[in-house]
Amino acid sequence: MHEMSIALAVVGQVESAAQAARRSDDAAPTARSVTLRVGELAGVVPESLRFCFELACADTLLVGAELRCETVPGRARCTPCDAGWATGLPPDLTCPRCGGGASELTAGRELEIAEVRWAEPARVPTPEED
Amino acid sequence: MCRVTELQQAVLAKNDRSADDLRARLTARGTSVVNLLSSPGSGKTALLEAELKLACERGVPVAALTADLATENDATRLARSGAPVKQVLTDGLCHLEADMLEGHLDGWLPDPTRLLFVENVGNLVCPASYDLGEMLRVALASVTEGEDKPLKYPSAFGLAHLVVVTKADLAEAVEFDGETFLANVRQVNPGVEVVFTSARRGQGVGEILDRALAAHEAGGPAHHPVMATAPQTHGHHHGSPHVHAHSH
Repeated sequence: MHEMSIALAVVGQVESAAQAARRSDDAAPTARSVTLRVGELAGVVPESLRFCFELACADTLLVGAELRCETVPGRARCTPCDAGWATGLPPDLTCPRCGGGASELTAGRELEIAEVRWAEPARVPTPEED
Repeated sequence: MCRVTELQQAVLAKNDRSADDLRARLTARGTSVVNLLSSPGSGKTALLEAELKLACERGVPVAALTADLATENDATRLARSGAPVKQVLTDGLCHLEADMLEGHLDGWLPDPTRLLFVENVGNLVCPASYDLGEMLRVALASVTEGEDKPLKYPSAFGLAHLVVVTKADLAEAVEFDGETFLANVRQVNPGVEVVFTSARRGQGVGEILDRALAAHEAGGPAHHPVMATAPQTHGHHHGSPHVHAHSH
């Protein structure tokens, strides 16, 4: 159950991005949705992550934000055979042509924030306008 | 209109950076970390105790840090080896992270320490995702857990530099099929070395120590798992996150 640690890391990174995305006089924008790319072999359970994400969003700029998870299938390559294949889960990293081990895993371990969609912030008065 | 930021940020990037920093700092002071991953009850404490005792007999400066959700039983057992041992209680957290490890080492790690063994929380899921700045990652499974353990926990076994089978003395009693286990390990981690051990009989004690010392001398492990070659992020590195507006 490291999904809570992951959810907290996602929230922290989106909050930093919100500060970076704020326009000069505006409050930091609130997030409407966050899209994650989750590799099939990343060892993360999207349902569990969604549950933790909702809890981790409380009292942050992400409250109420939707978590979207795009699954990235595992893919491996054998360089000598110039072969690529879907690894499946559990992964099979044996080359289907030569029976040797794969040279590399080209996809499937991703755990990344792809994009954040922001709700347009309500313009808040600056201290000078108070 | 809805503004979108394309972040392309690895979620565990912070831990990965901390782990790289810790690895560099420890390497500079002549210490290599060995990260031990297994299920609860796999016998890693018994094997580690034997490995530490052997290291002390050979005069290799070693230390061990053991992480558990609760109790100091493991540290008490490991301390019998004569090596400096520290117990870390994670207060319910299922894994260690690089920053946490660094905090626990601060002011404790004896000088000199050539090998620091970290007995991770007994769990084959969560610890697999967290680099602790180790030089060698070892995944252990006991014969009593069955041959399909590597397929059930592909990240733990797929990212290991060495796989260790424990309680080999019980293999016959539980009808453990070593060939099937080896085939399953090869499926998720082609080329990784697998050693069979029994702490009770003294079989294979020293295998981890020898591999760890070799990795320490070479500045890295001899084996590079295929799973570790995977790109962690698709995106190229942006100087700053790319922000643009879409109309919907």
